[in-house]
Amino acid sequence: MEEREYRSASGAPIALRRRQYSASCRELVVRCPRLQLRSLSAATSAVWLAAYGLFVLCENSMVLSAAIFITLIGLIIYLHFVKIDHESLLVIGSLGIQVTSSYASGKESTTFIEMGHVKDVVINEAIHMQKVIYYLCILLQDPGDPQGVSEVVPLFQSSKPRLDCLIEVYKSCQEILEQRKTAPQPS
Amino acid sequence: MVLKVFFPSCCSSAESGILIGRWISEQNSAVVLAVVHFPFIPVQVKQYLSEVQRLTKVSFSVLGSWSNSKQEKEESLSEFLEDLGTIFSHEPWIQISKEGDSKFWSCSTLQKHSNNSKEEEIVLVYYDQRKVMLSHLHPPLDTATSADHKADDASKLSAIFNTVAKSKILFMTDRYDEGPIKLTHWQSDGVEASIIVELMKQASVPACMLLTFLISLISGICRSRVLKFWPLSFLWSKLSTCEQLGHRLQHLQVISSIKKAQNQTQLMRKANVFVSLLIDVALGILLMSWLYRKNRIGHLADTLIPVADHIAEELQDLLQWLMGAPAGLKMNRALDQVLGRFFLYHIHLWISYIHLMSPFIEMILWYVGLSACLGLTVALCILSDIIALLTFHIYCFYVYGARLYCLKIYGLSSLWRLFRGKKWNVLRQRVDSCSYDLDQLFIGTLLFTILLFLLPTTALYYLVFTLLRLLVVIVQGLIHLLVDLIDSLPLYSIILRLCRSYRLAAGVKFRVLEQQDGKPLRLLMQINPLSYASVVQTYRLPTYSCYPKDSWTSLCKKLFLGELIYPWKHKGEKQD
Repeated sequence: MEEREYRSASGAPIALRRRQYSASCRELVVRCPRLQLRSLSAATSAVWLAAYGLFVLCENSMVLSAAIFITLIGLIIYLHFVKIDHESLLVIGSLGIQVTSSYASGKESTTFIEMGHVKDVVINEAIHMQKVIYYLCILLQDPGDPQGVSEVVPLFQSSKPRLDCLIEVYKSCQEILEQRKTAPQPS
Repeated sequence: MVLKVFFPSCCSSAESGILIGRWISEQNSAVVLAVVHFPFIPVQVKQYLSEVQRLTKVSFSVLGSWSNSKQEKEESLSEFLEDLGTIFSHEPWIQISKEGDSKFWSCSTLQKHSNNSKEEEIVLVYYDQRKVMLSHLHPPLDTATSADHKADDASKLSAIFNTVAKSKILFMTDRYDEGPIKLTHWQSDGVEASIIVELMKQASVPACMLLTFLISLISGICRSRVLKFWPLSFLWSKLSTCEQLGHRLQHLQVISSIKKAQNQTQLMRKANVFVSLLIDVALGILLMSWLYRKNRIGHLADTLIPVADHIAEELQDLLQWLMGAPAGLKMNRALDQVLGRFFLYHIHLWISYIHLMSPFIEMILWYVGLSACLGLTVALCILSDIIALLTFHIYCFYVYGARLYCLKIYGLSSLWRLFRGKKWNVLRQRVDSCSYDLDQLFIGTLLFTILLFLLPTTALYYLVFTLLRLLVVIVQGLIHLLVDLIDSLPLYSIILRLCRSYRLAAGVKFRVLEQQDGKPLRLLMQINPLSYASVVQTYRLPTYSCYPKDSWTSLCKKLFLGELIYPWKHKGEKQD
């Protein structure tokens, strides 16, 4: 198991952890930048200042309790549905590829793609806002057309690692994917 | 190629024996379903397997041996287990052994006929047998719709799920049965069943027959010739309550059919309809008890007449305003007065009619309110119908205004063509040039001028009444949307997803367990449940939903030309 520091596309620090369980099973975990205390306090202070301003205007103390309520609910929703803590890729040769996103509240959302549906794992370029970024994606096989691609599944969408990190992940995946090409056909 | 062994977690503590299950050669994977314990006679085991295979159409075989020894590994036992491999010939013969309470088992395979001398990697995947057996795999929607999918192209996981699901017969024998074969699987401690479920299953057949008989009686009455005479049939088609009742009757027919559901979709549909009906009726009875307590329905009936009066008064005020100088616009006085007086007289008739009906309103409402026990949707439909009846005069005014405006527009367009020297050719369906006589031109131009200057007055009346009519239509549309929502929501599926989420599977997820060097890779396969949005989308009940008939542009065009609009179209209605 090894862990290395990299940078995301927007400059925030991220970490890549690689773990090899066996010859055909590898797990790659990218840890996203953590929630910053200063942005959290800035948001909370802004909401409370606005609520206090409203309270001064309309003399209703319900505004203050409503502001606290909104802050709490907003924070819970943000941690449970929006903020991703780490994204992982588990490649099990001969079974499939599993993509997991873990949220800050502990919730995990998993997708498993069988090896028979996976055509290849590639690095693509995309125009995102005003930048051109690289992203890793899984190409899914079209059942009707062996040369065609039916779907593109992008990976690491919220951590957006830069090319150096993506190359490491790409090399690890390709080592396992090559095994299925060189493996002898089952009798 | 990697060999995958799917091992049920309930057999982890079983005594030594042989493994039976299914070997899927295309995927090089073995699905272990049960462990047969010593002592056994090989011939009887083979007989039992062939019988199970005949009943379930799944190819069973003996896959290998399982040894669970509390002490150190015994040489004689391992040789005995290898010899078993020659009795039950299976390629490859899998040997799994567990020592003491160790988590890490050793797995090896014996290949007699293969040329491959390399030791192939073994992956041990644990699965929860009961959950996999009960769950239903939902393929992603795009693969489900492609019809030319061959069976072997289908998901590899679904093969595993199907194998476990179809082997229910294997799980029926528990360890207390007197038989030659002693098995261990998830039900080997005794077949589980619930008394309530069994009783309900027994009682459901006669209940269904009774219900079918009653429904056929009711539908026979509904279809009788007496109710099909013209005024009545027109009335039934206009009232939305009758449609909703017909829809619910259809649902009852679905539930009460005696035929067992063929597949998962039909079973879920039946269950959803049943739960939806139950909740609907429960909410309706709740509403009814709330309405009849403290005589609220009497109060409602008492306020109905004053509300209708109030609406009529507001309309009168509106017409007085239109007859004056509305919004500062100058109307043609004569036409204004004629139209205004005509509509005022109409309102006067309406008010007298309402006052005539007022003594009977309370009684009618009391009895109509009783029908809320048929369901909340029926109560909402009755509300929508009452609104339609109370605002009938607004509908009438809209029709008068629209017809007048429409006539005017057509007249204007035809005379405008005459003004330019053209004519509409009905035969060729196009505009042709035409030479008119002088007197035709003279009269035509005169009429055109008159109609043109009278246009603003009619247009204003048309605008006002169309807006009122649209308001009523929007209110009715919202009520129908709510009824639709209650009708089509698959409550049973949502509750199932909440409480027994493994029953509705979108896929699987793997977790890597603790590893040890030299031992095979250990994975835990868990069920990944379907998201709530996909549950609602997959199991939505079909409704006779009303949706807008026209797109926005055609609606605007119709409004501009003065054609009557019927904005909601019901599914199953013929297109006019």
